[in-house]
Amino acid sequence: MATTDLSERPAKRLSAPATKRVLPGFGLSLGISLFFISLVLLLPISGLFIRAAGMGWEQFWFVITDPRVVASYKVTVLAALAASLFNCVFGLLMAWVLVRYEFPGKRLLDAIMDLPFALPTAVAGITLATLFAESGWYGQYLADLGIEVAFTPLGIVVAMAFTSVPFVVRTVQPVLEELAPEDEEAAMSLGASDMTVFRKILFPTLWPAVVTGGALSFARSLGEYGAVIFIAGNSPYISEVISLMIFVRLEEYDFPAASAIAAVVMTVSLLLLLAINVWQGRYLKRLHGG
Amino acid sequence: MAARKHRRVGDSPLARRTLIGIAVGLTVLLLFMPLVLIFVQAFAEGWAGYVSNILNEYTLHAIGLTLVVALLTVPLNMVFGVFLAWLVTRFRFPGRKLLTTLIDIPFAVSPVVAGLLFLLLYGSNGWVGQWLGEYDIQLMFSWPGIVMVTVFVTCPFVARELIPLMQQQGREEEEAGVVLGASGWQLFRRVTLPNIRWALLYGVILTNARAVGEFGAVSVVSGNIRGETNTLPLQVELLYQDYNTVGAFAASSLLAGIALITLVVKAIVEWRQSRN
Repeated sequence: MATTDLSERPAKRLSAPATKRVLPGFGLSLGISLFFISLVLLLPISGLFIRAAGMGWEQFWFVITDPRVVASYKVTVLAALAASLFNCVFGLLMAWVLVRYEFPGKRLLDAIMDLPFALPTAVAGITLATLFAESGWYGQYLADLGIEVAFTPLGIVVAMAFTSVPFVVRTVQPVLEELAPEDEEAAMSLGASDMTVFRKILFPTLWPAVVTGGALSFARSLGEYGAVIFIAGNSPYISEVISLMIFVRLEEYDFPAASAIAAVVMTVSLLLLLAINVWQGRYLKRLHGG
Repeated sequence: MAARKHRRVGDSPLARRTLIGIAVGLTVLLLFMPLVLIFVQAFAEGWAGYVSNILNEYTLHAIGLTLVVALLTVPLNMVFGVFLAWLVTRFRFPGRKLLTTLIDIPFAVSPVVAGLLFLLLYGSNGWVGQWLGEYDIQLMFSWPGIVMVTVFVTCPFVARELIPLMQQQGREEEEAGVVLGASGWQLFRRVTLPNIRWALLYGVILTNARAVGEFGAVSVVSGNIRGETNTLPLQVELLYQDYNTVGAFAASSLLAGIALITLVVKAIVEWRQSRN
């Protein structure tokens, strides 16, 4: 009797693997998670969209296409693009150096890569503004070259680039570490140059990770506020970012306008997040051959 | 030692030296020098000046408020993070993917928008805010509002650290614990916690770093009342705008210190995990 029982059980489990939950706490953890997410995330977010929807299409359109607001979209998107492009190159270089080479101080270099995530944005903001000010450590030399960073759109790029440094480094690093060396070594032993092997063999494996990191860096830069406002100069039509525009409308007590612009920003952020998730899912599947 | 190592891309001494040189140079300019500047500026008036700047009445109050916010936010997000990670790594159910995407929202949302969300709902004109106003409860422009937005901004960190690790570890050990008759709490304390404690520690430290440093979202809901609703990052902004640069950097040095501790803890956690 006992033996037939034992032989039947595994077969049953194979046919219906998820019918029984062995581990405790499903109800409790589901309840707490749903309660928390609804209260902290979903309720406030739906509040924003309901507010924005309540103001009528014409007024909504009028507010979000105000020339000063449109100028801030342009400044923000262009600066975020420039900052993410810089981070794609810089991040790839850093990931390469940290994975491929051994040298003194490597651990320190690796650790400091995360500084922009750990340092409060306001602190980053006043620090960058001081470095790039006309009399600052960097500003004085750049001034000799005729380059102005502080209080110009270029300052916005610097601030966005700084705050999103870790994204590309941290997405490319694991891919480089797991890279199988066979193809690369074969190509090298057949006499191909470093550049050719990198272009033809390494880059095709690496670029999805670079794009993921770049997209994360772009998404973060679009919403950056603390680091940007100290160095941007914040002049209307020239160096105001979207987040600041929302803040300006709030200070004018124009809540409908602030909500409308925020709804636009929120929609773009959510779509970007969704796109990154779908993209990551696809490319992870391809990487692991699933 | 018998077989010579195969050559790989970038192995030549020239490429190696050039790439390391550029990487180190850029990192020094982009990340090290800003850190050095904070402390150079903070101590520009010497040690005595630094101490008197920190002991400024408003700065002290801002430090206190920031600690209170962190003390309330971090445990709350830690408990939530552990439950969420347990839920999505130990059970399969419809909507699991959606849940892990939802939790990333605070990463994607501009901090100013985050602040606005809470202002709209709980402010004096908001649905909940109006109702609370009838009972004379005001959440916005006071400390509860600051705590609420900070919870929003920092809620993904613990879960994000735990989920990949717990997924990788699988549930066999816990299932064995159940078979041996462990209760839910025993299971967590004796089996799960020892496995995840380092990642949990890093998640908590990261949550703390972001909680004490949040600027944009807090700025929207705080009302910036000096000596009342000013957190440390807001105090940094006020001092900087008052042209008290040394004071601003002195306050910043405390936040930079917390950032450095965060980096050290991360390095230790990674070192421990690589040994396992």
